[in-house]
Amino acid sequence: MNKTRKAAALISGGLDSLLAAKVILDQGIHVEGINFFTGFCVEGHTHAIRKKDKAKPKRNNALWVAEQLGIKLHIIDIIEEYKDVVINPKHGYGSNLNPCLDCKIFMVHKAKEWIQEHGFDFIVTGEVIGQRPKSQRKDTMPVIARESGADELLLRPLCAKNLPPSKPELEGWVDRNKLHGFGGRTRKPQMALAAQFGLRDYAQPAGGCCFLTDRQYSQKLADLWKARGSRRYELDDIMLLKVGRHLRPRPHFKMIIGREDGENKFLHGYRKQYTHLFTRSHKGPLVLIDGEVTQEDIDLAAQIAARFSQGRNAAKVELEVQWLQGDRQTLSVVPIAVEAIEKDWYL
Amino acid sequence: VSDYELDARRMLCPMPVIRTQDKVEQLKPGDTLCVVCTDPGAVHDIPAWCRVNGHQVTDIQQHEEEIRISVLVCDGQ
Repeated sequence: MNKTRKAAALISGGLDSLLAAKVILDQGIHVEGINFFTGFCVEGHTHAIRKKDKAKPKRNNALWVAEQLGIKLHIIDIIEEYKDVVINPKHGYGSNLNPCLDCKIFMVHKAKEWIQEHGFDFIVTGEVIGQRPKSQRKDTMPVIARESGADELLLRPLCAKNLPPSKPELEGWVDRNKLHGFGGRTRKPQMALAAQFGLRDYAQPAGGCCFLTDRQYSQKLADLWKARGSRRYELDDIMLLKVGRHLRPRPHFKMIIGREDGENKFLHGYRKQYTHLFTRSHKGPLVLIDGEVTQEDIDLAAQIAARFSQGRNAAKVELEVQWLQGDRQTLSVVPIAVEAIEKDWYL
Repeated sequence: VSDYELDARRMLCPMPVIRTQDKVEQLKPGDTLCVVCTDPGAVHDIPAWCRVNGHQVTDIQQHEEEIRISVLVCDGQ
């Protein structure tokens, strides 16, 4: 009797990884999903924070995919280890601070470790040659296999026919004839295959699932590194970059200004870690101050905060300041004029 | 009353799910775990994680911002 082979499929929550896992599942392979959490994943967080996004589905797409496929999903926290990928990418960044090639190598490497620990036979990814400009190219596909250490244990079912056979194909664990030869940026073959499988309602690809591909987010991260004088971050830092307006009115401090109730509530959770202020006379934002500030700085921050409150046109706005050291202070300020807020303060 | 309690307050998804997963791995079938969280996404994600990994959500209580999700650890099949 043939041994049932086991594959670990990297599940991002998008269509390609769903299809890749399904193709292998349909060949009688036992498949379980792995989803890596880097801290930069677009999934969930922002939807959960902002009230305006309440109507969006809160589902975790990777879990949704696993449920559609009827497979187990292991969500793995790689936040700490991933820092080195973001800070020192051997292959460099894409158009923003996205280290896509190093990221893929790292994830496949972690998957290799996982299959060894759990007695699985090979790894499945949804990569397609030519689909992404940095990490999914004909010349980078072998780099990922080689540098991750997965080598011939890495199977890409959606474009396998355009690649040399992997071990699962050579050993006859999977039938190469039932794999695919997709290529290029077109999504049509994937959509056709999804329709063939009767899959609808899958997550639409929209610039990837990682904040590091976002220009504005990358600018905020670069600013954080510059202000600190070193390229380092903690999870809270990268979470806060996803929330609120970020203004740096002076090189030594930044303001994080809640844009609505959901964000104010989220920022409220950080109030003990930062000097912060909020309006008392009018409805307005909660503002965290990142950096060491003087009274003069706080006076400026209060005027800016007042501008973003409902008292923006009032003669005076009253605010409460809670200094990081614990002191409380009440200020009454004139909201700063719109034209006095310099464009380059916005991050 | 659950056998174990997990504090996942202020964590945003998927962290409550990851912490639940890590805790469940240490428990045995029949144990019960109460996950206390504040991210509304957990109301969807923890039950989904339980469904795909063969465990059961037996109760969800929400009081103001705090959500309490009770999980019965099964054999994972």
